[in-house]
Amino acid sequence: MAIEVHNVTKRFGSFTALDDVSVTVKDGALMALLGPSGSGKSTLLRIIAGLETPDAGNVSIAGQDLTAAPARTRGVGFVFQHYAPFKHMTVYDNVAFGLTVRRASKNEVNERVGELLSLVRLDGLAKRYPSQLSGGQLQRMALARALAPQPKVLLLDEPFGALDVQVRGELREWLRRLHEEIHVTTIFVTHDQEEAMDVAGQIVVMNGGRIEQTGTPRELYEQPVNEFVMSFIGPVNRLGDALLRPHDIQILPGGDFASGAVEALVRRVVHLGFEVRVELTLPDGRDIWAQVTRETTAELELEEGQILSARLPTPRLFA
Amino acid sequence: MAVSVRRLGPRAVGLTYLLALLGAPVAMIFYRTFEHGLAPVWNAVTQPNAIHAFWLSVELVAIVVPLNTVFGIGIALLIERGRFRGRALLGLLLDLPFAISPVVVGLALVLVYGRTGWFGNWLTAHGIQVIFSIPGMVLATAFVSLPFVARETVPVLHELGTDAEQAAATLGASAWQTFRRVTLPAIRWGVVYGVVLTTARALGEFGAVSIVSGRLEGQTQTLPLYVQDRFENFDTTGAYAAAVVLALLAFATLLTMNLLARRTRRDTAV
Amino acid sequence: MSPGPVSQALERHSPRRRGLPAGGRSATALGNGLLAGYLSVLVLLPVSALLASAASGGSAAFWQSVSGPEAVAALKLTLVASAIVVVVNALFGTLIAWVLVRDEFPGKRVVNALIDLPFALPTVVAGVVLLALYGKGGPAGIDITFTRAAVGLALLFVTLPFVVRSVQPVLIELDRSMEEAAGSLGAGSWTVFRRIVLPNLTPAILSGAALSFARALGEFGSVVLISGNLPFKTEVGSVYIFNQVENDNVAAAASVSVVLLACALVVLGAMTWLSRRGSAHGG
Repeated sequence: MAIEVHNVTKRFGSFTALDDVSVTVKDGALMALLGPSGSGKSTLLRIIAGLETPDAGNVSIAGQDLTAAPARTRGVGFVFQHYAPFKHMTVYDNVAFGLTVRRASKNEVNERVGELLSLVRLDGLAKRYPSQLSGGQLQRMALARALAPQPKVLLLDEPFGALDVQVRGELREWLRRLHEEIHVTTIFVTHDQEEAMDVAGQIVVMNGGRIEQTGTPRELYEQPVNEFVMSFIGPVNRLGDALLRPHDIQILPGGDFASGAVEALVRRVVHLGFEVRVELTLPDGRDIWAQVTRETTAELELEEGQILSARLPTPRLFA
Repeated sequence: MAVSVRRLGPRAVGLTYLLALLGAPVAMIFYRTFEHGLAPVWNAVTQPNAIHAFWLSVELVAIVVPLNTVFGIGIALLIERGRFRGRALLGLLLDLPFAISPVVVGLALVLVYGRTGWFGNWLTAHGIQVIFSIPGMVLATAFVSLPFVARETVPVLHELGTDAEQAAATLGASAWQTFRRVTLPAIRWGVVYGVVLTTARALGEFGAVSIVSGRLEGQTQTLPLYVQDRFENFDTTGAYAAAVVLALLAFATLLTMNLLARRTRRDTAV
Repeated sequence: MSPGPVSQALERHSPRRRGLPAGGRSATALGNGLLAGYLSVLVLLPVSALLASAASGGSAAFWQSVSGPEAVAALKLTLVASAIVVVVNALFGTLIAWVLVRDEFPGKRVVNALIDLPFALPTVVAGVVLLALYGKGGPAGIDITFTRAAVGLALLFVTLPFVVRSVQPVLIELDRSMEEAAGSLGAGSWTVFRRIVLPNLTPAILSGAALSFARALGEFGSVVLISGNLPFKTEVGSVYIFNQVENDNVAAAASVSVVLLACALVVLGAMTWLSRRGSAHGG
């Protein structure tokens, strides 16, 4: 179901968490709310879920205005940042909770819980308690619990934030595939741009309680509308008001001044596996860094103290 | 050598102090109670007035503890989850029974519910007797034991946080379902601990009940009042025997508290 | 989201503490009403009546009630005895907490459990217990009945757990590496205790001391049997109030009660203020 947020404002005391925010999420989309700490992304998610009440604006799901509806009647599946497991219940009872509070029949509950546990690959762990699960398993239990009452939309607050790097990668992949399978409209909150770009089809970049830009990962990377989006969505070099991507800087042999290349002194060469970071000082004394491949490094025999040429791309200027 | 003196010094002083203040007197009362054998003790505790006093104390506990448990949980929820300006005031109100002498509690109740108190005329006109009867004793006992359940529950609720409750709400649970199935099971050991403390306090309350009960033998005399009565009538056997009954109940309380404390530690260690 | 200053601010302002989801609002309102009724009947009305009664005769009558020689003697004894008890408690309570946390000896767990006995034991039983050993004909060969020492002993007994129980958890949590660092810098063990441990324990000691002071001010059950309640000698404030009530002199009793209550509230308030200031220091 589609989600529409219109002109939502939310203040906590003197702090404005959301300032006149509007977002539309299409039916079946997988969208990321991306932004730094305090950008308002979690608050927006909680307002959609009905866990916070907006000071102004409205929220509708599937065309129905739910601004005043309590969380329990919204039909929203919510996965909390730290999973909020019911610690005194087994995995089975956790997942069954949303069904039993609706007084579903025992058979129905049994069937649906079994189905979900195998969907999230937790079959066999039904009788365990949350304290006996790993972070990744807790995460999947929380997801199964949220999906059990067949929510209209699925909301995830920093779903991978508390996991270690390797598990995080696996779960991202898995969430994307799960979404392809069940196709429920999904929004997740993250502060990690790589994660947002990896998982989501659409990204909303937020900052200071406002939306900076909405688009596909590619649009955001290639056509950022402002400095914030450009620097948040990938690495940048800053030359005065101009911003340029390190991989757009081309390194040429010394003395090659074709198409406006300038002289540059190699300060440091850092090998980061496939890519190599070359730190340069320009003739006017400014420092930049370029991202090059191992091949380029080998070809040019890059080393500290060397003087070569660097061709800078047309820089982006944001007013 | 220096190390052992440094260790043994505080240990010797501390344990001696505890022995003189606590251990020896408590051991002594057991010794003096039973020094002439079981028969006189049995005789003393089976006196009709002693038995009546015991059951009256039990009755007060049976009324007060459930009341203060329900309202204590309610107060804790208000303090920890409520959204109103008077939260700090409520916390202060909860501390009041700790700052106020039990005798003053008794007096305050007399001033409201006594014959010449605020509601005295109205109560008399309707044939309701509060002071010098069970209702007044219930009020006095409830006042002094009010804070325990709430005070033990508030930190547990705080620790629990609201995530699980919000999760229950997004899953469609009503407020009552959330409380019954998510909040209460998570705070149960804190509540039980508070209940144990409430019971101990209610059972032993003396000053407040002393004032509002009128201390009528065989009628409004609780077990602690009975101890005093026997003592002042130079019946040390009776006083010691009843005191030992109360002391045994206190030991049972201590034991329960320790078992529960271990239990809660294990639960929160998850 | 890593908790930066903004999200901390957000956390502070956030009404997330609300947990009762909407929907059960009428039930919640009913519950709140019942709660307000219970607290009114039980606490608010009686305490108001107490204040009203103390104020009923005007300030002159109030002053007369609390400045009568017997009342003054009782209040003075209460305050002095409570003050002494607090000092003893602060010293021995800290020492006992130290022994229970840092020392190892057989039976430690039993001793630790017994510390709470004065809380579990009915106060009147505490009085009887002390008399069994230190009263007339007791095996200790001393008789403290009807002396001021008896008042002090009773108060020490019932307030024993406060300082121990407030210092103990702080001592358990105290980072041992601080002491090791001080030791490695050449401080002797007494210096380490005085300069490193004690400052960290002070808030807990103060808070335990304030609680025991408030408790000692109002204590009745343990004192009433052991002290003999001799006016001008061993009669404490709570016993004086009790006697006034028995003699139907409720206004005077209420006035002295208000003085006692005010003292207790001032001390508890000062403690709250101090501990808040202390925690502001500690960050």
